[in-house]
Formats: sequence, C-alpha cells, structure tokens
Amino acid sequence: MSFRNQIGWVRRTFFGDPARRFAWTSLILTISLAIAPTKEFFTDWRQYQRQFLKLIHGRSDSAAIESRFASGIQQIWIPEQNVVDRCGTCHLALKEESLRDVHMQPFRPHPTIPHSLTDFGCVVCHGGQGAATTVEDAHRGTKAWEQPILPARFLEASCGQCHLGTLEGTPKLNLGRQLLARYGCVRCHTVTQPDGTVVASTDDSPPLGHIAEKTSREWLFAWIKNPQAYAASATMPNFQFTDREAADVATFLIAQSTPSGGAQAQVSGEISSGKGSSTKSSSAESSAVKSSSDKSSSAKPGADAGQEGASVYGTAFCSSCHAVQNAAGNIVGGDLGPELTRIGSKVNPDWLHRWLKDPQAYDPRTQMPHYRFDEKQLAMLSGYLLNKKDDGLLANAQVPASESDSVARGKKLVAEYGCAACHQINGVNRPQNFAPDLSGVGSKPLAQISFGPGSPETLPDYISGKIHDPRAAGAGLKMPKYALTNSQIEALTIALLAQTDRAANLPKALILSAAHPSDYQPGGDAGRLMNELRCQSCHSINGHGGDMAPDLSWEGSAVQRPWLEEFMRNPNTLRPALIRRMPKFNLSPAEIKTISDYMLSAYEAPGFDSGALDTHALNADAAARGKELFYSKYGCQSCHIADYKKDKGYIGPPLAGAGNRRPAVWIYRYLKNPQAVVAGTQMPNANLSEDEARDLTAFLMTLKAKENGGAK
Amino acid sequence: MRAFHLARWQKSGMFTTVLPGLLLLAGCSRHPAANQLTPKAYGSQIVETSGSKQTAQVGDELPQPVVVQVNGVNGNGIEGALVSFHGEGLTFNPQQALSDSSGQVTTLVQLGFVSGDYQIVAETPKQGGGSVTLNPMREIALGYEATLGKAMNEKYCIRCHDPESTPERVSNFDNLSPAPHQFSDGATYNGISDAELVNIISYGGQNAGKSPQSPAFGTTLKPDEIKAVVAYIRAIADPPYPIPGVKDGK
Repeated sequence: MSFRNQIGWVRRTFFGDPARRFAWTSLILTISLAIAPTKEFFTDWRQYQRQFLKLIHGRSDSAAIESRFASGIQQIWIPEQNVVDRCGTCHLALKEESLRDVHMQPFRPHPTIPHSLTDFGCVVCHGGQGAATTVEDAHRGTKAWEQPILPARFLEASCGQCHLGTLEGTPKLNLGRQLLARYGCVRCHTVTQPDGTVVASTDDSPPLGHIAEKTSREWLFAWIKNPQAYAASATMPNFQFTDREAADVATFLIAQSTPSGGAQAQVSGEISSGKGSSTKSSSAESSAVKSSSDKSSSAKPGADAGQEGASVYGTAFCSSCHAVQNAAGNIVGGDLGPELTRIGSKVNPDWLHRWLKDPQAYDPRTQMPHYRFDEKQLAMLSGYLLNKKDDGLLANAQVPASESDSVARGKKLVAEYGCAACHQINGVNRPQNFAPDLSGVGSKPLAQISFGPGSPETLPDYISGKIHDPRAAGAGLKMPKYALTNSQIEALTIALLAQTDRAANLPKALILSAAHPSDYQPGGDAGRLMNELRCQSCHSINGHGGDMAPDLSWEGSAVQRPWLEEFMRNPNTLRPALIRRMPKFNLSPAEIKTISDYMLSAYEAPGFDSGALDTHALNADAAARGKELFYSKYGCQSCHIADYKKDKGYIGPPLAGAGNRRPAVWIYRYLKNPQAVVAGTQMPNANLSEDEARDLTAFLMTLKAKENGGAK
Repeated sequence: MRAFHLARWQKSGMFTTVLPGLLLLAGCSRHPAANQLTPKAYGSQIVETSGSKQTAQVGDELPQPVVVQVNGVNGNGIEGALVSFHGEGLTFNPQQALSDSSGQVTTLVQLGFVSGDYQIVAETPKQGGGSVTLNPMREIALGYEATLGKAMNEKYCIRCHDPESTPERVSNFDNLSPAPHQFSDGATYNGISDAELVNIISYGGQNAGKSPQSPAFGTTLKPDEIKAVVAYIRAIADPPYPIPGVKDGK
C-alpha cells in the first residue's frame, strides 16, 4: 500500500461521513483531556501512598495506622521559619512508632529526636526541596537549587543553626566549633552567629616581636617549612612556602625583633649571672651546661641532673599544659601550651632560663604562670628541657643564605599571607577582613562555587575539600594547609555548614546562645598575684577562665582556711589518680595569706552561712547514722575513699580528710543538690532527705585523716 | 472506599511494574564503579583480621579500617587474591582490591543514613569458580539518641561499667563487688526491659534488688537522657538486642 493510499484509507475510515468525523474527534478530545488527570494519578506520591497502605495491610495495628493516614498532599507550613514541607506526603510513617521494624524508605519511622516534627518541619534539618512532590525534585540537588539535601554525616550542622552552645548529643558539631576557634580560623575569617556573636579565637599564637631572643633563623626556617616536623601536635598550618620564601620570612622575623622587657632587665645587670644573648643553636648545649654549673653547684651533670630536672617538671605539673611525644609516638600531656618534645632544638638557653623565671616579662599575655622557681630548680628544669632535642631537625634543614633584599621580601610575604592576623609582628599591622566572611557559608549557592576537577559538586564536599587542600581550586590562593585528621575536617565542615541564611533569619526567640564569658579579673594585691600565677588559665572565676580545674567562684564557702593554705603550700595531695593537677608554685607564706584572705572573703556563695544548717545536730549519733548511710544505703565508697585502709573507690575525691577540707554547710548543701553547687559535676543527686543529708554531713565532718594517707 | 480502589490497583500489572522501577530510581543512584579487577591468585579461606563490631555515628566512617585476610590451603596469606566487600547501606573505599603480600586487604567503611546494625560481607573467588565468603561482620551506627546516650555514658557511667583503664580515665571497675556489667553485655541487658532499665538508672541498684553501689540518677539526668542511655545500651548490645514487637515476621 502506497503512502497516498494509506492517507486515503485513514480519511475514509475516520472522516468518511459527518457522524464518523464527530465520533473520532470527540474520542481524541476526550483522550487528550484525560491525559492530565491520568498523569496526576501516576505521580510518585500516589504510588507511595498506595504502597504504604499495602505495607500496613494485615498488620495487627493496621486499623489504627490507617485511621491516622490521610491521603493527598500533606504539608507543614511554618511561615516564620520559612518552611513549606510536603515530605510527609510520601514519608508516611514518620510518627508510627510501631513500624520500627520497617527498614524500607520512605516508610521508616523518624528516629527519636528532642523536637516535634510538626513544629520544625523537615527541611530545617535535612535540607532539600520541601515543596517538591516528586522523589527527584525533593532529594537530588542541582547546582541551581539553593538547598540540596544534607547527607546524614553532616546532619549535626542543622542543630547548630539554633543551638550556639555545646550540646551533649552533637559531639561532631561541638568539636568543629572548638577547632574553628582553636586553629585560628576566625583570625582571618569572620564568623558571625545568628545571635550576633562573632566567634572568637582561642588559639594562643605567640607574639613574634622579640623572637630573635627565643630562637634562631634556622629553627624558624624549619618550623615555617613544616611545623608538624617539629611538633606533631602543632596547630600552626603549613603555608607551602618554597625554601627561598621560608628563609626570607625567617630572616625578616629575626630582623624585626626587638629586645624584650626581660632581656633589657638582664642587660641592666638585674640578673647578674645572665650571659650575653647567643642566637646560635649550636651553642645551646655548652651554654646549658654552663648555666647549670654557674647557677647551682648542687645540680650535677649526667643522669642525676636529668632525674632531678624531671622531678621539677613533675612537681610543677608542666604536663598539665604541655605534651611530650613518648617513645610509642603518643602525645601525652595537656594542650594549653606548646608541645615540648623537641624544645631543646628550638630555644636559646638564656631565653629559656629567663622564660622559666618569669614568662610574663617576655610575653605579657601568655597563659603560663609565673612559678617561683629558685635558681637551682631553674637550672635543673632548663637543663632537662634542653635535653629534649632532635639533632636531625636542624641538621637536615638546608637554609638558603640571607640575601640583601631578604628582609624586604620576607616582610612582603608576611603581609601577603596574613601572618600578623595571628602573631604580633613589629612593623606589620593586623590585617582586617583578610579572608572571606564565613557567616553564611552554609547557604553558599553552588552556582557561585568553582569546584575543582573531580570534586563532587555539593557544599559539604566543597568545604571539606577546601580545608583538606586549600589551594586545589586554583593558583594564587593563600590559605595554608592545616594538619587536621579527616574526622576533624568533617567536624569543622559541620560547624561551618551550621552558618546558614535560614538561621540568620529565624525568629530570635528560637536561637539559643552559648554562655558568654565575662572578663572578670580579681582585684587588689591578691588579684595581681593571682594574675601572675595565671589562676584563670585553668580555673574559671565568675565566668572567666579555663575549664581544666574546678571553678573557684564559690571557693570561699567551699574550703576551710587551714586546708586552703596547706593546699597552696603543697598541692600534691588531692586526687593522686589525676594526671592534670595543681602545680606547686613555691609561694611564700605572705603570698599564700594574701590569696587565702581574698578568696575566703570575695568568693563566698550566697546562702552558705551557718544559718543554713544547725551545726549542733552534727553529733556522734548523727555521724553513726551517716556512716551507715554512706556504706550501706548509698554505697558512697564505690566512688569515694572515707578510710584509706578499707575503701578503694577513686572516681570522686578522697573524703578521708573531708572534715578538715570542707565547711559543714558546704557539704550539706552539696549533698542536697550537687549540680546546684558545682555545675556539671558527675556526682549524682541522690535526692537525700534533710535528715539523711545532715547525718552524712555529720559523718563526713568526723573524717580528719591526712589527705595523702593512702597515696605514695 | 479507598481500600477498594487500592486493592484493584494492587492487582493491576501497572502497579507492580511501575513501582519497582521507581524504587530502583530512588534507591540505586550510587552505583559502585564497575571496574572489575582480575585476581592474580586464589585463596581457599577468608578470615577477619580486624575491624568488626565498631561503633560510629550514622553516615560516618568507622574509626578503624576493616582488614580481612585471604589464606591458602596451608593457612598462609595469599598475595594477589581479589576481595570484594558488600553490605546494604555501606560504602567501601575500596569496594574491591587485591590482597597484599601478607594476604590482607584493608578497606575504609562509611556507614549509611540509618541507625542500627550493618553487615559487611567479604568475598573472594575460588580457583575454578565459585567464591568463599566471610561470615558477616557487624558494625553499629548510632543515631541521635544513642549518641546522646554515649555522651551520658562517658560522663557518668563508663568509669565503673568499663574495665578499660587509661591514664586520662582510670577505671573503677576492679574496685567494685559485685562487678558491674559492661554496657555491651547483651546477654545480661537484653533480658531486661526498657522500663526496668529506666527504673534501675533512675532509682539506683538497691531499689531494683541489685547492688547499692550503682547510684540513682533519676534526679541528676533528665528522662530523655535516661532513655538515651538505654538506647545506647541497646545499640551496642552483643549479642544484638532484638527489636521488640516485630510483627509480620520481618
């Protein structure tokens, strides 16, 4: 049949007469009109709703689930949060606890979270296109979409939109925020949180204004080239400088250095035994030996001296703040101060001696306390530290010689790479707005990002890739490379993803700010002394200070004077199991009295006066009842030691000397509600009755053993 | 009315063909690269070296890699044997590899979106066809609630309930009699209902007829936090805690 014949056949069959014409036209019209409703009938969500009903069919609770099922598009609309969610149209079992055994999506119940699903909707946490009604549109991202779905491993970022403080259930977000401050990210990038708080840095970048006293150009070169080769735990990033560039920066840093207060004092003869400053590390050893023998006749060279140095290091509890890498490669010790594994290859012996004697003369802002070491201790400790060295570190560094324009080139590099954002450097101002503002980076439109080749085109991949290899995206980028593990990078990415535009525009009532630290400083003579000892590097007082040691805001009501004075004289008594402990500062009796007077009067807690407890009731009968409660009903000995001969628990502090240490009122109030007296303590609140608390107090007040009775 | 429509549609062929298609579209967007390696040698046995029973948050990479070893008939490691890893919801890097000189293959494992247990199956082809598989290795993904429970455990419980001692966290386990149960001790805890566990945590061991050395945490912890501790105990239970009220034989 030819084509022409076919046309003729079609015409005859369908349009042969008016009746046929009408019938076929109507039919075609009807079909085309039916296309739209039919398409609607086969949409994704209808299929899922049918499938869901099939799934629950035959289950024992199907009637109940079916009664809660509503067909059609299900929408959550929360205008003030900019939420329009239709996820519940297909995710039908989000609230059906009885379907916990169902593993097939979209029919799994939502896991337990502390929020109501209807109050916040889905996209606030999960991202994605809430208003979409097809699987593809709702879940898959395209570059044009503002809000791609957030992969599960980054989900804690969503909590961080409203919760600006630490949350127990979001370890990665907490870590990320800590790293953001600790690694100095916010020195160059501004990160403003939804409540207007600008994230502050907690890194302790040393000032470099007097650096030539402290170390050599050779060490600076090696350090700049690879900070982690010197100290594995160093937070200083790698700027990926060439040898020439690193040498120029080192030359400039030495050139801009001026004498510090400590060195000037030394020059003027205040420290008679001080020798002229030597900047060559090669003389380190001889100089160390010399200063040891100069300053203390009893410090013997050799193994004994090393042991004595180690014992000064131990009693000063240097390891509370400083870490050392052990033979097994583990970094052991605190991270408040720099790692000391190879300190002997870095510092100039004269500088070390001056630093240990009074660190604040060199760096007035240092967190290091001013210990009262005598000359013998200083010699032993600096000798011990100078022995911690790695001769390979500098021997392998081929430092290019300084050239006539090295200083100028170095200064240019220092300005270009923003070194002064973290470090104080003479002649270079702290750069302002040096790097892009990251306050809204969690909502950065993908269309604005230039992804590196082979990188998955998602925001979490972009951010983590950028931290991992900052200069991969193109030439001319300046961000340095940080020594971070994959999980640290993931945590940082989470903290940054929390910085969304949505969060910035949420009603302020939804934003839960972090506790803002105060700038409290103790006043008067005691205040000056406490500042010199840097009490607040470890202890928080009235909202300002570190978290390594107990908060002292109410210490005046928490201790008895003789105990406090003895503790400051010899702190090595309490909690022998802890590795971070109060150092021995070698305070004079007058200094101890000044601090005790101040603490006992300025740091009194409200309501801890003797009126809170009838001390006459603390008699022998009460103590006997309290002992029974202690050992039998409450099993306190599982965590505390009341009797060194008998008890072994050492989670809480030993209580064998509690009667000497604590005032009765404090013990009573603490037992009644430990968390109200010491925020965040692990001690469980046993919900004691008045009588029980009083009897236990009576018992504890009878415990007057020496505190180190059981310790070596 | 709705049920009637539904039943009719369920029987129609359209429903049964379209839906799996859609599910396929929704579920299988991430295909592993089909870069098949060619084995250079064949083993007769595959054993786990390390990496099972790890715990991580949902979507996270396991803290330690999973290592398996391919052995020959004499029990020695075979170099160049092909090992491939499978597991629903898991992402492996690499998904398959040839064994090294000691017969070992190491892979990094990323957990899926959903909390609960994951199973890793490692497989190596046998000479002349077929393959040997390693018994599934269990890995545990913690959701929000179990993560919160873990944080509570680390603050309040672990020093008595875990015998492992570190310099930073000295264990009190050995000082206690009767000895506490480790939270992973499924044989003990699986037999105790959620309500009973909440009761023991809230009111202390003594009130539940157990040791008074386990204190009451009902006033210290919030109800949600106590529930979270129970969720954590359930998540890490070994043997695994059976999901209660499982109906329909699923």
